[in-house]
Order: sequence, then C-alpha cells, then structure tokens
Amino acid sequence: MSDPIIKTEDLHFSYPAEDKPKVVLDGVDLSIEAGSFVAILGHNGSGKSTLAKHMNAILLPSGGKMYVSGMDTANEANLLNIRRTVGMVFQNPDNQIVANVVEEDCAFGPENLGVPPDEIRRRVDQALKSVGMYEYREHAPHLLSGGQKQRIAIAGVLAMRPRCVVLDEPTAMLDPIGRKEVMETIQKLNAENGVTVILITHHMDEAAQAGRLVVMSKGTIIADGPPREVFQHVEELRAVGLTVPETVSLLWELRQEGLDVPLDALSDEECTQVLFHLLKAGTPAV
Amino acid sequence: MALKDITLGQYFPGNTILHRLDPRAKILLVVFYIVALFLAKNAFGYLLLAAFLTAAVLISKVGFKAVIRGMRPIVFIVIFTGVLNLLYTTGAGEPLVSIGFVRIYREGIRTAIFMVLRIMLLISCTFMLTYTTSPIRLTDGLESLLGPLKKLHVPIHELAMMMSIALRFIPTLIEETDKIMSAQRARGADFDSGGLIDRAKALIPLLVPLFISAFRRADELAVAMECRCYHGGEGRTKLMQLKYALPDYGAIVLGAGLCAAVLLLNRFGTL
Repeated sequence: MSDPIIKTEDLHFSYPAEDKPKVVLDGVDLSIEAGSFVAILGHNGSGKSTLAKHMNAILLPSGGKMYVSGMDTANEANLLNIRRTVGMVFQNPDNQIVANVVEEDCAFGPENLGVPPDEIRRRVDQALKSVGMYEYREHAPHLLSGGQKQRIAIAGVLAMRPRCVVLDEPTAMLDPIGRKEVMETIQKLNAENGVTVILITHHMDEAAQAGRLVVMSKGTIIADGPPREVFQHVEELRAVGLTVPETVSLLWELRQEGLDVPLDALSDEECTQVLFHLLKAGTPAV
Repeated sequence: MALKDITLGQYFPGNTILHRLDPRAKILLVVFYIVALFLAKNAFGYLLLAAFLTAAVLISKVGFKAVIRGMRPIVFIVIFTGVLNLLYTTGAGEPLVSIGFVRIYREGIRTAIFMVLRIMLLISCTFMLTYTTSPIRLTDGLESLLGPLKKLHVPIHELAMMMSIALRFIPTLIEETDKIMSAQRARGADFDSGGLIDRAKALIPLLVPLFISAFRRADELAVAMECRCYHGGEGRTKLMQLKYALPDYGAIVLGAGLCAAVLLLNRFGTL
C-alpha cells in the first residue's frame, strides 16, 4: 500500500491547567492508509475528538509527532496544505455552515484556496451531486433537515478535494433518518470517490460499517483491527464503558451459556444465519 | 411574541430580473432611491417613488405581504414620527383644529403624511434589496463598492465577512430564542405580562443562555472556517463573479433618472 495519509508517533496532548495539566492524549501511535475507512470509537473524554483535531492542525501536539501525508503539522508553513488534504466535518451542522445559500456555502472552501471561479462551479456541482443535494443548491440551509444540512457540510469539505475526510461525530445531533442519510453518504464517499474516511463515533453500529476499528480509552488506543475482531473482545470493551453491537451481545450471552457460536456476526442477517444453523443442528435447549 | 415574523435580512430566492441584477447596481439603485426620497418635496414626487417601488415588488414576485410584514417592527416609530410632525409643525395660516394646546395646521398634516410615507418607502426599498439579494451577494457588492477604502487600511473584507455571517445566523438564533423561550415558559417564566421592568427582568433567563450559546456557536464556526482554509481576504476568489451587464447599467441610469425626475417634479408646486 501507499504511504500512510495520517501517521502519529507517540502523540501526547494536554490542556494547560493551573495545578497540573489535563492529559487528553497519552501516547498515540496510529497509521492510516490512504483510501481506507477507519472508525475511531471511544467514550466521552477518551480523547477521540482531540485526536481528530490534530489531524488537520486545529490542535498541535504537546509531545510526539503528527504527520499528514508526510507533512509535520507542527510546521506552520504546511498549514494550508494540511487543511486542503484533510477536511473536517463537525457534530453540529448549523455551526459549520457559513453562507445563506447552499451552493455558496459549498464554495467557501475552494474560494479560500483561490480556485478560479469556473473551476469552483465545477467542484461545487460535483460535490453537491455526490452527496445527493444538487437539487437543493439554491435553498437556504436553515430550512433543511439536520441530515441534509450535514450532507451540505460534507459537500463543503469535498469541494476542497481533500484526500481524507475526518468526521467528528457527524450523526450525534441527527434523527435516525438523518443518520442513515449521512452514513450512506460517507460509505459512498469512501467506496466510489476513494476518499480516506475517518469516522469518530460512539455508535457501535456505525463503527461496525468501517473497514478498520480503532478503540480509544483514556487517551490511548486499546484495540485496533477489523470490526469483527475488535468486537469479539466483549469484556474489554465493556470494561471501558463501551457496548458491543446487539447481535454480538446476544451471541456472547449464548456463548456464556456454553454454546459454541462465533462472535463475529455484525449484521442482523449474519446473526440470524448463526442462530438458524444452531437450531438446525439440534442443540439441546438452553 | 412572534419572533418568526421578523424578516430582517431574509432572502427570498427567485429568478426575476431584480434577483439577477448585479448587487452593486442594486445597492446604487437603492442609494439613488433614498436620495430621491429626501429630495421629493411634493405629492408627485412621492407618487412616482411609491409607484416605482410597487413596480419593483411586482416584478420581484416577493409579494406585498412580505414587505408589509417587514414593516411591522417599525410601526411604532412611524406612528410616533407622524404624530410628532402633526402636532409640532406650525403653519402660516389658521390652525385647522385647535383643542386646548393641540393645534393642527394644514402644513402639519402635509409634513406628517410625507414623513410617514418617506420612512415607509425607505424601509421597504431597503427590504426589497435584502429580499432579492442573497446576503453573500449583498456583502460581495458592498465589499466591491467599498473596495477603494482598503487602501486607507479600512478592513473591508473582514467587515463584509462579519456582516454576512451575522445575516446567516439571524434565523438560527431566532429559532434558538424561540426554543429557549418555550423551555423557560415550561418552567413557569412569564414573558408577556407585568410592567416594563418586570418584562425586562423576565428577559434575563432568556438572554443568558442565548448569549452563552451564541459564543459557543461562534467558537465552533471559527474552527470550522479555519478547517476550510479561511485565512482572510488575501488570495480569495469568488464563485459568483461580479460583472456589470446591460441591465445593471440600466438600473444605475434608472436610479439617477429617478433623482432627476423627482427634482423636476418638485417644480410643480409644493403639495
């Protein structure tokens, strides 16, 4: 594979405080390949959002290094290039939309980069189409639903043509329909446009959709691997206050009862299959 | 209190000629219109200006309802000005009405009507500007018109950016105010009764959360803007390029013509 797009080396970060600094990141070593879909999972205060903010130099490391596509974020000369490479989408869509008309908001990023007007037009149209909001390009954002606003925020980032998009709990303020819209958009982004996606979340079912799952707790990485593997560590996850998807939870309970079932069924269908085979095999009633 | 009725700075998307005009041309037209309003000295002038505005409202398809709704917050000022002018203008002839200390002269009625008309037309024409121009185009226009001041180190780009963001957040903050009001009402807050002081006091539990949330929003927005590579006006391009076309020159000439016409009409008597 190519060079990692995000690479951290023993990353430390603490907020200065009067008595003793509050440590948020406590030695994070992480390397993310270009084109992958990574979910970073963690409880509130696990440091996952802080890590995200390091990825485009909103925060700078107190110790260790953070490289974006080989560029050191601590070097101010790289700042614009880093932010052009890694786009960021935040939790509250209302607070990241700058303009009163959808397409003008979408154009904000490329305008800042000094892209020529006809090229901006092309990028805006393309970005809005790829999030499925092209028909709304002349609407006022405050009249749209939460999911639509968040898709516009994503389009605004896409119009800068980043190689990587970091989404910091993009569905936290949305209703189930909005969440579904946004998750579908994110998946499409990764699969069709080849954009590296880093999804910060505390929803298990969202994390399960990623290709790789990084679990954080107290400023360090405690698990890293494909979701199927990570979710097998039911007890460790519960110990840090995280739940596992309900399907895994069910199978784990069965296993506790002494049944020989695999733990890696993430979707409802897979779980049904496992249970079906179990019953067919005629295991004695529990 | 119906906060949603405040339409200050709200844009009605559309595709009429008024919407398509270059914002600079529109701003100049409005400036000319305002100058003409202050030049007008008789009914003919006001009639012409009122007719012009009516035509603009019709062409823009914004609807008179929206214009009248925009007028609502200034009703008090309009009435106040009207009454003051009515009572305090003295004329040469006999007063028309004389009850106690109240003396109403012919000139008083005339001035009151003209002043009320002037304020109403003034407000409606600026409303027409914001109704038909998206705030970003409006600030683009202002930024471009005031551009020469940059040489005097006036931070025009920053001011324009602040203005467009303020406009962008008006509906969001209004929505939030409504929400906080409902929340406080649910806990027994009373915003609608009592004297002036009581009402002002009742606003404190509304304003405190609103301010805190506005600051938080500002902070998040600043980070989001930085993430989208915002670094001031230098080297910035625009999606919407401002270009004068034939109708724009037409609008500017029309504005100048309006002033000339009003000056001309002033010659036909003072009524």
